[in-house]
Amino acid sequence: MGKTFKRPEALSENHTHYCPGCTHGVIHRLIAEVIDELGIRGRMVGIAPVGCAVLAYNYFTFDFQEAAHGRAPAMATGIKRVRPDLMVFTYQGDGDLASIGMGEIIHAANRGEKFTTIFVNNTVYGMTGGQMAPTTMPGQRTTTSPFGRNVEDCGMPIRMAELLSSLATPAYITRQTVIKPKYIVKTKKAIKQAFAYQMERKCFSFVEVVSTCPTNWGMTPVEAVKWTEETLLSYYKLGEYKKPE
Amino acid sequence: MQSEVMFAGFGGQGILMSGKILAHAALTKGFEVAWIPSYGPEMRGGTAYCTVVISDRPIGSPIIKNPMHLVAMNRPSLEKFAHVVKPEGVILINSSLCSVTSGRSDIDELIVPVSDIAIELGTVKAANIVALGAFVTRSKIIDYELLKEAVKEEFAAKEKLIPLEMEALERGKKAALQ
Amino acid sequence: MGKKVLMKGNEAIGEAAIRAGCLNYFAYPITPQSEVAEYLSRRMPEVGGVFVQGESEVAVSYMLFGAAGCGERVFTTSSSPGISLMSEGISYVAGAQCPVVFVNIIRGGPGLGGILPSQGDYFQATKGGGHGDYRMLVMAPASVQEAVEMVMMAFPLAEKYRNPIMLLGDGLIGQMMEPVEFPDHLRTEPTNKDAWATNGMDTRKSSKPNIVKSLYLDPKQLNDHNLLLKSKYEQMKREEIRYEPYNTDSDYKVLIVSYGTMSRVCRTAIDNMKAEGFEVGMVRPQTLFPFPEKAVHDAAVKESCKVVISIEMSMGQMVEDVDRCVKGKRPVEWYGKCGGDVPTPEEVMGVVKALI
Repeated sequence: MGKTFKRPEALSENHTHYCPGCTHGVIHRLIAEVIDELGIRGRMVGIAPVGCAVLAYNYFTFDFQEAAHGRAPAMATGIKRVRPDLMVFTYQGDGDLASIGMGEIIHAANRGEKFTTIFVNNTVYGMTGGQMAPTTMPGQRTTTSPFGRNVEDCGMPIRMAELLSSLATPAYITRQTVIKPKYIVKTKKAIKQAFAYQMERKCFSFVEVVSTCPTNWGMTPVEAVKWTEETLLSYYKLGEYKKPE
Repeated sequence: MQSEVMFAGFGGQGILMSGKILAHAALTKGFEVAWIPSYGPEMRGGTAYCTVVISDRPIGSPIIKNPMHLVAMNRPSLEKFAHVVKPEGVILINSSLCSVTSGRSDIDELIVPVSDIAIELGTVKAANIVALGAFVTRSKIIDYELLKEAVKEEFAAKEKLIPLEMEALERGKKAALQ
Repeated sequence: MGKKVLMKGNEAIGEAAIRAGCLNYFAYPITPQSEVAEYLSRRMPEVGGVFVQGESEVAVSYMLFGAAGCGERVFTTSSSPGISLMSEGISYVAGAQCPVVFVNIIRGGPGLGGILPSQGDYFQATKGGGHGDYRMLVMAPASVQEAVEMVMMAFPLAEKYRNPIMLLGDGLIGQMMEPVEFPDHLRTEPTNKDAWATNGMDTRKSSKPNIVKSLYLDPKQLNDHNLLLKSKYEQMKREEIRYEPYNTDSDYKVLIVSYGTMSRVCRTAIDNMKAEGFEVGMVRPQTLFPFPEKAVHDAAVKESCKVVISIEMSMGQMVEDVDRCVKGKRPVEWYGKCGGDVPTPEEVMGVVKALI
């Protein structure tokens, strides 16, 4: 019997530094599988964020750039404008994309830049130690909201997929999650669709992935999955928000 | 030998263009030239001025506090700059928009109703070219024929206007010779 | 050499980049250099180039970073407050060793300051601006023609050192019109960047990924990385210093050190004083980093020279470098003005004569 489960070519052999129960590893793998299936590894450029995935380039086997905090969409713009033939994706967390990089992502999306953004939303700043993010839920405790996010002075969590969908420029925008196998299959399809639109030079494409951070949430991986399903998915609703004509 | 001309007036009077045409004409004769504008908020409808430096050797300071000549297209410009002009220089006053004179006896004052002449020709927009024709004729800063060529080149993309601009130059020249 | 054309500094800078073989421009409008963007928004489509107006100078600096990182020639132009915003990106560009050309048409500061000519960004350009141990090669033109030549030279230099290069002009250089010609010999081909750029593995027929990054978490690796950067800056000091002496064959009593627009005013002042029988010499740095240390030192210690003065459109920035070079062997004075009221030759003459 042949081997049916193998490491995608686009994924390196390095062990990741991610915590147990973290979903970055799953998302990395999905991206790598899609790149393999589309046969685009040789013209791929990834852009690593600042955050837990800052070292993402260690886990893939194609060209990578490393951005400053929040600036990945500007770098992707630079690359796509001078080398439209390259395939480019940014890989960004919620602090990176929805806080410090809000300006860059909105304008890149609004210009209709032909790259793909994978937005990993786990409602906290991971690498810096679990601080409150723009996507932190009301009442959610973090190291900078020790009494729970107070919406009176922090406002409500930002829903990026909805916000970007409100732009008039055509785009592909979807929100998925990877907490269970049935969702993982859909997320992979979404990533593949996003890359396909990029290959056609059709539009900006954005895949938000609702993710877990057991370490900073102070939960076991199983508890984290449960909390995501019960709490996050009712606020961050899954589905396709926008498709190009 | 270096001489400097300051063009001054309202924004929209073609002040910067006049300077550019003169600089261009001097360049074709092989002179060193520099065109230095005023820039900033005053460009938007306020006073606009620029200075053109023409020299037979490399131009040093682009900062000219005392130009040799002044073309004043309105009254505020005359009032602001008449006193900085070097003795013996030409001051052209657009009497259509300026009822006073420079009050100086050590300069060569040339009073021409350039806006009125331009209106007679059909458009007040040609006032700057009337002024150029008059100023160059009086100051002899460059050859009048060179100026004609430079004006033609400036309007190369709007060829229809060239006869009008040539007429404007001639009327300016005539006024300066009177 | 083509024929001489009359061009505004800002437009000439834009054209020079194209003539140098750079067809990618990203920018954000700011007075007094917006004409570069206006010019290139028309011109780039004509030559099949890229023009992007970014949403901020911050974003622009990263568009440059991304584009340079994948091996393409890129440049931008801005003015002081915009360069402050780009300084974050400049630090990353330097850290990741990407060749990018930045043009700063300086205006008065600090803060919004004003829009008239200034040289107040000397420290920012030569000593940092962004965080970390990095340097840029900084060139300062004194005429539109020199701005053209420096822009054209900047691209191969940026590639030689894989480092950001800054052209430091001022509002006058940008706004003034002077005759220019674009020297054909300064048109260069971009160098091959296959060894490091993320230009796609297929492009370079390689199976080894290239990573463009500035993160080195290991202390030894980061130290080694900084030593590598330092060695490039030392090489610049050996190979790239440019300056122009003026009237230094005379037995000058006073030595002026001045650059950019200010040095032209000084040149006129020196000519005027010479006519009066008063000899003054000048060293005009054309590179501000690397600074012409030896040239300034040697000119200062000439026997006839009694005093050195740094004349700049700032409140005393370059004077610190001049002082460092003169090493206490002559008194070092400073004169300058901010705000856009550029000192006249007469003012300079008054200041210089008062020194003796």
